[in-house]
Amino acid sequence: MRLFPILSILLALLFAASLLVGHTTASISDSLSALMTGDGPLGTVMQDIRLPRAILAVLVGGTLGLAGAAMQGYLRNPLAEPGLIGISGAASLGAVIALQTGFAGLFWLALPMSALGMSVLAVLGILALAGRQGRSLSLILAGIAISALSGAMTSLVLNLSPNPYATAEIVFWMMGSLSDRSFDHVWIALPFCIIGGAMVLSLGPALNALSLGEDTAATMGIHLARTRLMLVIGVAAMIGATTAVAGAVGFVGLVIPHILRRWVQARPSTLMWASALGGAVMILAADLLVRLILPDRDLKLGVVMAILGAPLFLHLIYKTRADMS
Amino acid sequence: MRPSKLIALVAALLFGAAPIYGNPQRVVSLNLCTDQLLMLLADGDQIASLSKIATDPRTSPMAQRAQGFAINSGDAEEIFMQAPDLVLAGTYTEQGTVQMMRSLGITVEIFAPEQNFDDIRQNIARMGQLLGHPQRADTMLRDFDDRLAQLTDGITQRPRAALYSANGYTTGAETMAGHILSAAGFDNIATEAGISWGGTLPLETLVMLQPDLVITGSTYPGHSRSEEILRHPALTPLKSITQTGAKWVCGTPAILDAVAELQRAHPDKGAK
Repeated sequence: MRLFPILSILLALLFAASLLVGHTTASISDSLSALMTGDGPLGTVMQDIRLPRAILAVLVGGTLGLAGAAMQGYLRNPLAEPGLIGISGAASLGAVIALQTGFAGLFWLALPMSALGMSVLAVLGILALAGRQGRSLSLILAGIAISALSGAMTSLVLNLSPNPYATAEIVFWMMGSLSDRSFDHVWIALPFCIIGGAMVLSLGPALNALSLGEDTAATMGIHLARTRLMLVIGVAAMIGATTAVAGAVGFVGLVIPHILRRWVQARPSTLMWASALGGAVMILAADLLVRLILPDRDLKLGVVMAILGAPLFLHLIYKTRADMS
Repeated sequence: MRPSKLIALVAALLFGAAPIYGNPQRVVSLNLCTDQLLMLLADGDQIASLSKIATDPRTSPMAQRAQGFAINSGDAEEIFMQAPDLVLAGTYTEQGTVQMMRSLGITVEIFAPEQNFDDIRQNIARMGQLLGHPQRADTMLRDFDDRLAQLTDGITQRPRAALYSANGYTTGAETMAGHILSAAGFDNIATEAGISWGGTLPLETLVMLQPDLVITGSTYPGHSRSEEILRHPALTPLKSITQTGAKWVCGTPAILDAVAELQRAHPDKGAK
């Protein structure tokens, strides 16, 4: 199987490109030596501006891909995606509340914890409403309701903010962006991404067994309640932390597992690893496009992702319809 | 024609339009900057009301003084009920309100925002005329020019400075803020980046240009991602000061206070 080497090479190439593309033009060798030494203004640009951006792209993409694959594996439904079913939106709401009330300034974990808290509520809500079978209709309806509610509440909180810039940032919280993020943001997101990622990846065997149905999985010794709890907390931790620093980026968790599924024989355990790599590749690429197409306009990541992802999503719906009839 | 109208017509032909009613007695201002000039040049009892941000210390350098006057919300109905004989508005005041005032027979005078020191002088003189206190305006203009000359005197070095605000927005040499910077004895880094009015200066470009000084505005309460850029670690190696507040907004003599405050960071004016 050549999928993992290809994805890893793409990831490395795009990570390097992400470090080398920016407003400042400098030779590759100058840029790399500045990245190592941190000397001079170019060193500051490489170490404090471009490196955290590239790392965050990997974190955001990796966790979104992983969360999408895990949710889809657990619910056995290809539509289960953090953005689509309102988990990202709820995380945005948690982050916005923490930032606007000043709670985020109390201690450094306050911001991701608040986003995480709202995502946990959203995931629990989705699971309660959609049922464990994860039927498409109830899943999507529950997701739409939670997305709409959290989006509206986010707008409301930002509209009530005393800060005149806050209202303009509704777009950021709904579309996501990586521009001018710093290592402060990386340190906020990283621990939650690692813990959440480890929790979700450890569910591989359970998700494989679940693909045969819940009863079969139970007879194979899979503890269903424990699996569910690990999934909820793991997904909420990853989505909460990355959304708190980069806004809600849609479509990654939907499109990436969909593309990669056939390469991994639809095994959830392998698909999760592949989707984490694939998601990171996709966000790195999208963030590069953002910088290359309209470098001065802070084009939102979610805009590029939707332009790339919506056609694939439509294709997915079309195929689902064909399968059902 | 009724006698009163005839008298008014004759007076208008003799003295020009304004003196028909003598000095305006009930002046309403709809714009922060006309608020300031009005308070500076009018008699207190000439002022009927000021715009609602006149009392906000973040934008109004005379917020304290504005507390003593009535405030209007900029609503046509409310203004009309205050029976003004002169309404002062800015270029960007709601056009619907201005048209409504004029169709109700109220004189509306529009002031364009000041972009340089000459604009300030013209607006001060014009406001003095309108309010019937041209001699006050003359005195203010003399003081203004004397103080400006005093402030710009003795500057030999011109350090490179960047005006940097939320969303990475920088202000060029053609703007009022640019002229304040220049009068304080600094060269504007935006000129090097090819920006003469205003525009986005990417953080990377700012860091690479290595200005001697970064001048940022004070941030608003609450949180905004737009303002996070002002605390970005990449700015830490650069010397930066927080300035640009209410004194920078309007073209009044308060501009010179802004110049003087900025000069505290200038090597020829005592900064190390």
